[in-house]
Amino acid sequence: MEHLVIIGNGIAGITTAKNVRKQSDMKITVISSETKYFYSRTALMYIYMGHMRFEDTKPYEDWFWEKNKIDLIYAHVDKIDTDNNSLSLNNGEKISYNKLVVATGSHSNKFGWPGQDLPGVQGLFSKQDLDLLEENTKNIKHAVIVGGGLIGIELAEMLHSRNIHVTFLIREELYWNNILPNEDSELICKEILTHGFDLILNSNLKEILAGENGRVCAVRTDNGNEIECEFVGLTPGVHPNIDVVKDSKIETGMGILVNDYLETNIPNVYSAGDCVEIKATKENERNRFEQLWYTGRMHGEVLANTICGKRTKYERGIWFNSAKFLDIEYQTYGFVSNVRRDGEKTFLWQDKDMKRALRVVFNEKDYSVVGVNVFGIRLKHKVFEDWIKTKKTVNYVINNLIVANFDPEFFKNFETQILNEFENQFPELINSNIEKALA
Amino acid sequence: MEPLSIDNLKIYNPNKKLETIKKIGLTILGFGVLMLLVSLTGVSSTAPILFLILSFGFSILGALTYCVPQYKEAPPGIKNNKIFFNSFTSKGTIAWITGIIITGFYVLLYWFPNLLENWIRLLDPISHNLRGIKADQWFLYGTFYTLAVLVMGLKIIIKYRHNRYQIIRTLSVMFFQFGFAYLIPAILHKLNQPEYYFSYFWPLKYQYLFPDTIKGLFNSGGIGYFMVFWGAIMTFIATPILTYFFGKRWYCSWVCGCGGLAETAGDPFRHLSDKSLKAWKIERWMIHSVLIFIVVTTALLWINSAMKGAMLGDVSLTFSKVYGFLIGSVFSGIVGVGFYPIMGNRVWCRFGCPMAATLGIIQRFKSRFRITTNGSQCISCGNCSTYCEMGIDVRSYAQRGENIVRASCVGCGICSAVCPRGVLKLENGKPEGRFNLVK
Repeated sequence: MEHLVIIGNGIAGITTAKNVRKQSDMKITVISSETKYFYSRTALMYIYMGHMRFEDTKPYEDWFWEKNKIDLIYAHVDKIDTDNNSLSLNNGEKISYNKLVVATGSHSNKFGWPGQDLPGVQGLFSKQDLDLLEENTKNIKHAVIVGGGLIGIELAEMLHSRNIHVTFLIREELYWNNILPNEDSELICKEILTHGFDLILNSNLKEILAGENGRVCAVRTDNGNEIECEFVGLTPGVHPNIDVVKDSKIETGMGILVNDYLETNIPNVYSAGDCVEIKATKENERNRFEQLWYTGRMHGEVLANTICGKRTKYERGIWFNSAKFLDIEYQTYGFVSNVRRDGEKTFLWQDKDMKRALRVVFNEKDYSVVGVNVFGIRLKHKVFEDWIKTKKTVNYVINNLIVANFDPEFFKNFETQILNEFENQFPELINSNIEKALA
Repeated sequence: MEPLSIDNLKIYNPNKKLETIKKIGLTILGFGVLMLLVSLTGVSSTAPILFLILSFGFSILGALTYCVPQYKEAPPGIKNNKIFFNSFTSKGTIAWITGIIITGFYVLLYWFPNLLENWIRLLDPISHNLRGIKADQWFLYGTFYTLAVLVMGLKIIIKYRHNRYQIIRTLSVMFFQFGFAYLIPAILHKLNQPEYYFSYFWPLKYQYLFPDTIKGLFNSGGIGYFMVFWGAIMTFIATPILTYFFGKRWYCSWVCGCGGLAETAGDPFRHLSDKSLKAWKIERWMIHSVLIFIVVTTALLWINSAMKGAMLGDVSLTFSKVYGFLIGSVFSGIVGVGFYPIMGNRVWCRFGCPMAATLGIIQRFKSRFRITTNGSQCISCGNCSTYCEMGIDVRSYAQRGENIVRASCVGCGICSAVCPRGVLKLENGKPEGRFNLVK
């Protein structure tokens, strides 16, 4: 019987396993040295904050795996031998495979700062990181978080829930400003300040200082500030975890190099999730890294088809993502650049207390919607995906916004306010004029 | 760009002041409870009004002082921090003590009401005013119950002040408990009319369609006829129609007193429900068995009545006693409420309530109600499943993008509220496409 071995039991590896099982009876083994059972990485923060227990983060009960004949091995893969189709595990076991999927996820970035490996300094990616965080933050009062991204703000919220004062050190002018346009970043900055974090913008970490006990005691920034602290969270993003393939014949760059079918250079060896580097197919493109929960899941779905004999190209479709910044939910559909791109215009609505905002980016020639950022209002994924795919005009989208609303019943509607603001900003685009303009 | 300033923002910081307020609240509550205990000795008869204020008044004031400011001080948003660390809300020692105290109260109430005599006397002034007679143990129970719904309801409204569905729904259960289950029965008493709860129907209030009850009501003239009419209409006409349009929630989380207590006083324990597949299986067997039992018994009683007692004799009274003891007292009272801190707040509603069973069957097979999911935005974090008081594994549907159509869902809307990615929405819509099963 064919044997599929998957290294890594995160969302990419597990989605592959589950979808292969739906189509095939082949033997499936998933190996992980992080946890025995699949858990939801996105919920790590809720464990620390006391919203959930670890067992609540497991999307499937433990009997699920045996019932679906997916074998789980809790061990670390030391070596991949692609010539003999075999793996060596740290428990001495050797496993042979017919097909192999490497889905090993990410490591937290560290940029060679002095003191980055001191006790009390860490990133947050794995269950082990969470356990370490428990240890590192016992009875502390003040923490510094370096890196204004999605993990950074989650870590800040986590520490804050334990009454630890947080200083947030951000390289950009505003929070997540390398992704979000200014006004959107500002809205999140206000939310951060409302929650009582210190926010230090435009500052780079220079070094991390140790105290007499050898643990972190302060950080120094590039503009000379020294901030005392008992913990440093390093959250300037992640990079592919390719440790396991380093000594193998599997080709790597920053990540594990794959084509659009998620195939590596070695036949029958595939890779999916955070650890891949998808090779560019066109001249002016760059290799892609996709390090989201959603892309991991999509990789797994597509790869399962290929493994089961229906070779399928990975096309990620209309981009989408979501996050929650403290109490503000965020969704994005299509493409919204942090700085205005040529040929595009932006409509922006914000409510007066800066808890909600809608940004619609559209093509200035045919007015078709390119992307949307929304804060504090829930929008329907399918509707926006369809609108962007079928190139609906900004006018159409704003006038039909209610169709896309996904807020709970009885919630206040902002559609009229948004429409008024749109007519205010773009009088030339109101209903009767747009056909003329297009003609 | 202007630098962000924190001067004009209201900063939230969980601070010492809040801890002090909580301690003051606990002290007042402790004093109130102490006075309640003191009242049990009978001293209160010397100054009933004073002791009423000292015991009941201070308990309410203490509870509100303890829980309202902690939510009010914090920015609006989900407040589940430390739920699983707190002894009270995570089956710790305090939870067990609370469970034992509530259970003990039920035991005294049902079987040793004479031990509660001095509490009952404490309520004489209120009972005289409302009902024109002195208080009894059931008036004491009703008062405790209604106070719990009102006081904790107020807490829920502040806790979820960002969520209008929760606010309106909580006001609804408070209204029905205070008006329909407390004031109206009391006023009926004063007017010398039969006691009747207009918010409880067969099969939950099984007696309301028993031949003896109906005969008794007919004997009390006009209003009795109306009560019989109301009971029959609500059970046979209103229930299916309302459930068709709005789902089970119109009753279980908007009107019902059991649901009202679960959603208010029981809210701190909603995450304790068992989410396993096994629990779901047990649930279906138990709840439908109770329903069948009630239906068969009611039918037999009517046949017996038509045969002028030839078949069963005077069995109705015996039945009432046995069912009343096993299901009414032990199950719905002791297990249903006494075990809140151990088994969650909806044990009775989920495993025992025949009304919930009826509504559930209608909701599952013939209703416009469903919880829809938002495309691919689910991150499988599991907040929805964790906080589902009915033990539904909401995540298992959400991560597949499948609508949730389940007999047991009471439509409390908390899954949608705690979802950090805007994935869940309670909706009434066209029956077509209600089941969007994903393979």
